[in-house]
Amino acid sequence: MSLHPEVIRLLIFLVGIIAFAALNAAYLVWLERKEAGHIQRRIGPKEVGPFGLLQPLADGIKLMTKQLIVPAGVDPILFKIAPILVMVPAIMSFVTIPYGENLVARNIDIGLLMIFAFASVNVLGLLLGAWGSRNKYAVISAARVVSQNVAYEIPMLITVVTLVMITGTMNLHEIVMQQQGGFWNWNILNLAASPLMPVAFLIFFVCMLAETNRAPFDMAEAESELIAGAFTEYPGMGFGVFFMGEYANIVIGASVATILFLGGWQCPFGLFPGVHWFLLKMYFLIFTVIWIRWTYPRTTFYSLLNLSWKILIPISFFNLILTSAMIKVF
Amino acid sequence: MEPSLFTVEGLAGLLFLGLLGVTLAGAVIATCSTNLIRAVAGLALCFLGVAGLYYYLNSPFVALMQILIYVGAICVTIIFAVMLAESSELKRLRQRNGLIGPLGILASGILSWALAGMALKTEWYKSACQANDGSLARLGEALLTTYSMSFELISVVLFVAIVGSLVLARAGRSKA
Repeated sequence: MSLHPEVIRLLIFLVGIIAFAALNAAYLVWLERKEAGHIQRRIGPKEVGPFGLLQPLADGIKLMTKQLIVPAGVDPILFKIAPILVMVPAIMSFVTIPYGENLVARNIDIGLLMIFAFASVNVLGLLLGAWGSRNKYAVISAARVVSQNVAYEIPMLITVVTLVMITGTMNLHEIVMQQQGGFWNWNILNLAASPLMPVAFLIFFVCMLAETNRAPFDMAEAESELIAGAFTEYPGMGFGVFFMGEYANIVIGASVATILFLGGWQCPFGLFPGVHWFLLKMYFLIFTVIWIRWTYPRTTFYSLLNLSWKILIPISFFNLILTSAMIKVF
Repeated sequence: MEPSLFTVEGLAGLLFLGLLGVTLAGAVIATCSTNLIRAVAGLALCFLGVAGLYYYLNSPFVALMQILIYVGAICVTIIFAVMLAESSELKRLRQRNGLIGPLGILASGILSWALAGMALKTEWYKSACQANDGSLARLGEALLTTYSMSFELISVVLFVAIVGSLVLARAGRSKA
């Protein structure tokens, strides 16, 4: 019996995607601690390995050797299934993200829709985990997660619709190919399509911060108010998988922003396009996300909702109308 | 010839049966569970199975919309509503009326008999045949030309629903 080469290719990509997600989760924690340290005039982890580079390994071993306690009174099935429900959609979204010209597991024609479809399942996992833990802090956190996600999904999707109107396709590979050339061809500077494109990028980025529950929008796991929010009751690797899912979502958000606005794997000067440019842009965005977390304090819940409903949604609607008018006129 | 498990057809058949199993298992959990949140989780599983069936039938757009709308929006909304409404944690659902079970079995029996009869009597196309390519462009064109009236009517219904919920929410809020 011989296996089809496509099957082998998909298997290799699947293993690669899971390794990429796990490695990113581990080393983004290291980056986060290091960056937080330097921002606060400390040096961050340094004892384990050179520059503390083996710290994530030690953390992983610690998490994995901890006993998986299922507290009395929780809903055992939902409690166990919730971390998986956060992790699996993230892995599914990686399938269609093109990191290079040929570096994509499956180039789906409606890849953009696929990413947003699976991103919406993430909330369900958090909600079930929070309810399953039967913990007051977790339930408060779940209520915040839902109202926050509902509020921020709207401006994000409107911005994406605007972009799809400009590109005319939801195929991520084609969207990147349209931004060939130099940085002046990237969608963020596509002022001919809509003069508000840089603003659209800003809206997308803010919504991404809120969608991934990152500071200043980390109301869901506000550790000074809610212990750890939805993760309060989770021990060991249950917590670890939640965290991996969270960092995987940050990577996905940064990747989508790179593809939609920053030209994916295209070089800013039209030279040597390749996966290195993609990773450079993606990690720069992730660096900014962490930078923002350690610079700004947490907002209050009402100002978070006000920002979305009174500022982001009207501006993104205006951008949508402006873009459609520009497309119609020119 | 017996279809082998290691051919494309065999794997596709296995996938189809698996998706069918997931859908049915989700439906059974959703109807038989005494715990409301678990029932919604079963419903989500059922929706995922249906989405898988759509993908299997070569309609990736409908499949992804199924996940985005039914799993990502409707199930989340239901759980949120249940979480807000159900204050006592161990409130269980109880069947009040003894007639519900037999009547339900009767109704579902009639429905499945009718559907099975229809499926068996219909003359199916012999070869695999697709009415159109099912692509996004075709779908959008159809929605904005052939079915534009129903499309507009649906948006009016949604608008009325939004305004209605706003009115209801407004009445319940104290003037602060």
